Amino acid sequence: MIEVNGLFKKFGKNQVLDGLDLVMGDGGIIAILGPNGSGKTTLIKCLLGMVIPDKGTIKIGDVPIRGSWKYRSGINYMPQIADFPGNVKVRELFDMIRDLRQQPDRQQELAELFGLGPHLQKRLSTLSGGTKQKVNIVLSFMFDCPLLILDEPTTGLDPAALIRLKELIREEKSRGKTVLITSHIMEFVAEVADEVIYLLEGRIYFQGTVDELKKKTRQNNLEHAIAAITATPENA
Amino acid sequence: MLKILKYSFYDLMRSRWSYVYFLFYLMLGFVLLFLNNDVSKAVITLMNIIIVLVPLIGTIFGIMYCYNSKEFTELLLAQPIPRRSIFLGQYLGVASSLTFSLIFGLGIPFVLYGLFMSDAIFDFSLLLVTGAFLTLIFTALAFNIAISNENRIMGFGYAVLLWLFMAVIYDGLFLISLVIFEEYPLDNFSIAATLLNPVDLSRTLILLKLDISALLGYTGAVFKQFFGTNAGLVISAVMLLLWTIFPVWRMVYVAKRKDF
Repeated sequence: MIEVNGLFKKFGKNQVLDGLDLVMGDGGIIAILGPNGSGKTTLIKCLLGMVIPDKGTIKIGDVPIRGSWKYRSGINYMPQIADFPGNVKVRELFDMIRDLRQQPDRQQELAELFGLGPHLQKRLSTLSGGTKQKVNIVLSFMFDCPLLILDEPTTGLDPAALIRLKELIREEKSRGKTVLITSHIMEFVAEVADEVIYLLEGRIYFQGTVDELKKKTRQNNLEHAIAAITATPENA
Repeated sequence: MLKILKYSFYDLMRSRWSYVYFLFYLMLGFVLLFLNNDVSKAVITLMNIIIVLVPLIGTIFGIMYCYNSKEFTELLLAQPIPRRSIFLGQYLGVASSLTFSLIFGLGIPFVLYGLFMSDAIFDFSLLLVTGAFLTLIFTALAFNIAISNENRIMGFGYAVLLWLFMAVIYDGLFLISLVIFEEYPLDNFSIAATLLNPVDLSRTLILLKLDISALLGYTGAVFKQFFGTNAGLVISAVMLLLWTIFPVWRMVYVAKRKDF
C-alpha cells in the first residue's frame, strides 16, 4: 500500500505538488494521468526518494520512506528517458545492476523476449532510441518486486515490442503486483489500467476506475473523457 | 560504495582521456629525464608542472565526469543504494583513476631511469603524494561545483575560475599584499596564506623538501623554520587532509538534499 499525505514540492517559483493526498491499494495497474507539468514525474520521483518533498509524508507498505533507501529494493523503476552511460555495453549494464541489487532476476529471458540478443555486446551509445527503451524495459522488469513504476513506458517502441510490454504488465498484475504507469497514450491506458489517477496542478483531480471516469464525464472514450474532465469541473 | 567505485573506475580507465593523461605524464617523465639527465633536477621541473597541471586536470575531469555521468547517477538513485555511497563511490572512482595515471605515468620513466638507486626517491615520493592530494582536493571541489550547478556552462566556468584563482590569482594577491604591507611583520600572515591554498601549500612543501628554500629568500627562512619542524610538517599534512575532507563532506551533504 502506498499512502501519500499532504505532499508539497516547489521548484523555484513553480509549485509542482500542492498538498497532494493519495492512497493506493496493493495489486492492480494504476495509471497516473495529467497534462504536461501536472506533477506526475515529480510524484513518482518522490516515491523513489529522488526528489525530496518540502512537506508531507509518504509511506510505502506502512513504512515512512524519508531518509531510507532499503525500501527501494522492492521497487522497479523505469525512467522516462532511456539515457544510459554511453560507453558501457548492454551486457555490462545488466551485470552491473544485478551486481548492485543482489536479487534473483530473469534478465536473460526478457532480453530474448525483446530480441536484445544481438545487441548485448554493443555499447549503449550506439543503440537506437527504441532499442534503448527495450533495455530500459528489461532493466525494470528483471527483478521480482512488489511495486513497478513505469514512466512513459511506450516511448519509441515498435508495435511488436508494445504488445510484449502489455503482456508483461498484465503478467505482473496477475502475480499480485502494483504497477504504476504514466502515459499520454490513452489507448494504452484504456487497455491496461484498472484505476486512473488524474493529476492537475499538483493535486489529485480524479481517482477511480476507467468506467467511473467515463460515466462521470458522460463520454464513452477515455481520450475524450480525459479531455472533458477539466472542462467540466463540477464532475470532479 | 565499493561497487560504485569499481564501476566508475573501470569506466574511466577505459575512456580515452585516461590514456591521454597517462601517456602525457609518461612522455613528460621521459622527456624531462632525457633533457635534464638528472633525477633531482627533473623532480624540480616536474614540480612546477604538476603544481599547476594536476589541479587543472582534476577540476576539468571532475566536472566533466559529473555532468557526463548524470544518467548513470539517475539510474543508481532509483536502486537500493544510499546516496552517500553513490557520490562517494563516483568521486573516489574519478580521483583514484587520475591518481593512478599520475603515479604510473611518472613512476615508470623514473623507475626505469634508476630512481631506486638515486637519493631523490623521497623527493619524488613527496611529489607524487602531493600530486595525489591535489587530485583528491580539486576533484572534490569540482564535484561540489557540478552538484550545485545544473547549468553545465556555468559549472565549467566556475571550475576554470576556481583553478585560475588557486593556481594563479591567489599568488598574485599574496605578492601584492606582501608588497603593500611590507612595513609590517608578515611571517604569520604568509604562513597562514600559504596554508589556505592547497597549491601554494604543496609547492612550499616540495621546495622545502628539495632544500632549495634559499631561492625563497627571507620568506624561505621563515617557512623553513615553520615547515621544517615536525610540527610544521604535521600541520601542513593536516591542512591538506582538511582540504580533502571538507569538500568531500560538503559534496555528500548537498547530494543528500538534492532533487534529481
